[in-house]
Amino acid sequence: MNLVKINFDRCKECGYCIKFCPKGCLSKGDKINKRGYFPPVFAAENCIACGSCARMCPDTAISVYKDVE
Amino acid sequence: MKTIYEKPQVFTDAITTYCGGCGHGIVGKLIAELIDELKLQENGILVWPIGCSCLSDRYYDMDNFMALHGRAPASATGIKRADPSKFVLCYQGDGDMVSEGMAEIMHAAIRSEKFSVIFINNAIYGMTGGQMAPTTMLGQVASTAPYGRETLNSGYPVQMAELMATMPGVVYSERVTVTSPANVAKCKKALKKAFELQLEGKGLSFVEVLSPCPTGWKMAATKSLDYIDEVLTQVYPLGVKKDASKEEN
Amino acid sequence: MGEKVFMQGNQAMAESAIRAGCKLFFGYPITPSSEVPEYYAKAMKDRPEENIMFVQAETEVAAFNMVAGAVSTGHRAMTATAGPGFDLGQEAMSFMSAADLPAVVVEVQRPGPGDGEILAAQGDYFSAVKGGGHGDYNNLVLAPYSVQEMCELMQESFELAEKYCNPVVLLTDATLAKMRESVVIPDYKELPKPEDITNSLTGKKGREAHKVATCGDGAVQWEEFNLRLQAKYKRIAENEVRYEAKNMDDADIILVAYGSMARVCESAMKMAREEGIKVGMIRPISLWPFPDVAFEGITGKKFLVVELSAGQMVQDVKLAVENKRDVTFFGKLGGTTPSPKVVLEQIKKLV
Repeated sequence: MNLVKINFDRCKECGYCIKFCPKGCLSKGDKINKRGYFPPVFAAENCIACGSCARMCPDTAISVYKDVE
Repeated sequence: MKTIYEKPQVFTDAITTYCGGCGHGIVGKLIAELIDELKLQENGILVWPIGCSCLSDRYYDMDNFMALHGRAPASATGIKRADPSKFVLCYQGDGDMVSEGMAEIMHAAIRSEKFSVIFINNAIYGMTGGQMAPTTMLGQVASTAPYGRETLNSGYPVQMAELMATMPGVVYSERVTVTSPANVAKCKKALKKAFELQLEGKGLSFVEVLSPCPTGWKMAATKSLDYIDEVLTQVYPLGVKKDASKEEN
Repeated sequence: MGEKVFMQGNQAMAESAIRAGCKLFFGYPITPSSEVPEYYAKAMKDRPEENIMFVQAETEVAAFNMVAGAVSTGHRAMTATAGPGFDLGQEAMSFMSAADLPAVVVEVQRPGPGDGEILAAQGDYFSAVKGGGHGDYNNLVLAPYSVQEMCELMQESFELAEKYCNPVVLLTDATLAKMRESVVIPDYKELPKPEDITNSLTGKKGREAHKVATCGDGAVQWEEFNLRLQAKYKRIAENEVRYEAKNMDDADIILVAYGSMARVCESAMKMAREEGIKVGMIRPISLWPFPDVAFEGITGKKFLVVELSAGQMVQDVKLAVENKRDVTFFGKLGGTTPSPKVVLEQIKKLV
């Protein structure tokens, strides 16, 4: 399984990760962080750990890991 | 388990003061990645401008110099001349570089100063709230060009990457953007080239980045990326404008 | 001590700076200071073993900011300019004060305002002493009155700048800068290592990151920042007052003058004494901190302040004396310097 880990409080909800995920693994979240943003939620199912979300994230809020046990 | 991406080590835990979707964040992250990869943390000095990035000293765990508005290339000159063994990065936005500090950047190029310059072009003043920049496009609305920029009053947008390419003292000039993962990769490659040329002791290396300012442009972040691809690149074409790195100097 | 030579003020000053370990000079040519950059430019080529670096900046704005960058690395650096160039440097002066940068700036005064003239003047007292830039800050300002003193204070400027992490202005004028005198050039000085200078940017190796930053972070933080600066200025004011007082004990009239004007006043004092008029003299050497202490406890005497200005330092004298009605001002504008005889006439008016 691959993992996209979102640092909840660093996120500013720009939506770049959602836009550029080739597999649609990221979607709008409904929980608010302390700065008033709604960070996205991750569904691991189709994730190929390409890292596009992390590379686009302007807030370094995303880490990506491949083959997590 | 294999790590595909993690926050670069030189980056602190500070959350930037940038708005959501701001291009400064993406470029700033690439700088941090390269500092890690090229091991520049202990031998580098970062020189920052006035503008949205003026609090960048909080984001990098290394020596930082926050310059006066427009003067970053002058202060970077002082630093590099005093200690040529240091890696010196001069980072500026369009208001800082092309308005307030046009003399400083031009003369750093004229003298062929041996540092790297990153120029963030978002065609607007971000920090002060969306006023017109010298890079604002004709017809583009800004708070000091409420009906759009017009040549009669405000002249023409400035193409820095092309301008720098005409300078004999500039060894490398490229314009890139950060509107997609592929473009982010190209941006990083350009930055890496600029950094490496400095490490080789070559003259001034210049990378202009077309960078989204969703707040200043008053549009959703994801739309701001399309705006760059569809509109901004028409005025500011991407690509390498000069590469004299192979020439003897 | 070094060797005795007959040398022009600007050149002797430049040589003293080099011997003080100031190997970095950033400047923009402007009369009457241009011999300083010229001296550095030649030394850079003629004395390669000394690693001298001269950069002719595009503007004084750039030159001052280059100095800011250079001194931030823990190396000694300076610029030299005249009034119009000093004006352009003011944003950097304010910045370097806020950033605790040990910069040294030579200001060779010439008559203003505007483009003005290229003769002698002392009209830049306010911009140097009162801080010509924005915000609450102080430059440490030293005013020599001979080529010899210019050389010695030039060297001391670097030590003071580093001691307090504060810009130092060496305030001279066209007369001192352009005149030739017999002078003993001070010797080469031992230098501190760049990494031993407080907060120097030498690369974060084996230590915390250093930063040169003057951006505030809210009113509370910025007030603290300012109070820390003020505490530093208080320390400087307590420790770095310099002046010379002559013939004070029996004097009825005390001349107050600095720089080249003080030399003329010295002659006037001698002439007056020969005629039986008891004249003394206070010569401020540190203009900031101003030597208030030199005026302490003096009563029943008249002060005659003589400047090549419309009256600038006289304001500080009035603040320093116990009865400001005892202070008379005589000034000369335009670029010429009054002769000792002219000053003597002014003294006689007070008898």
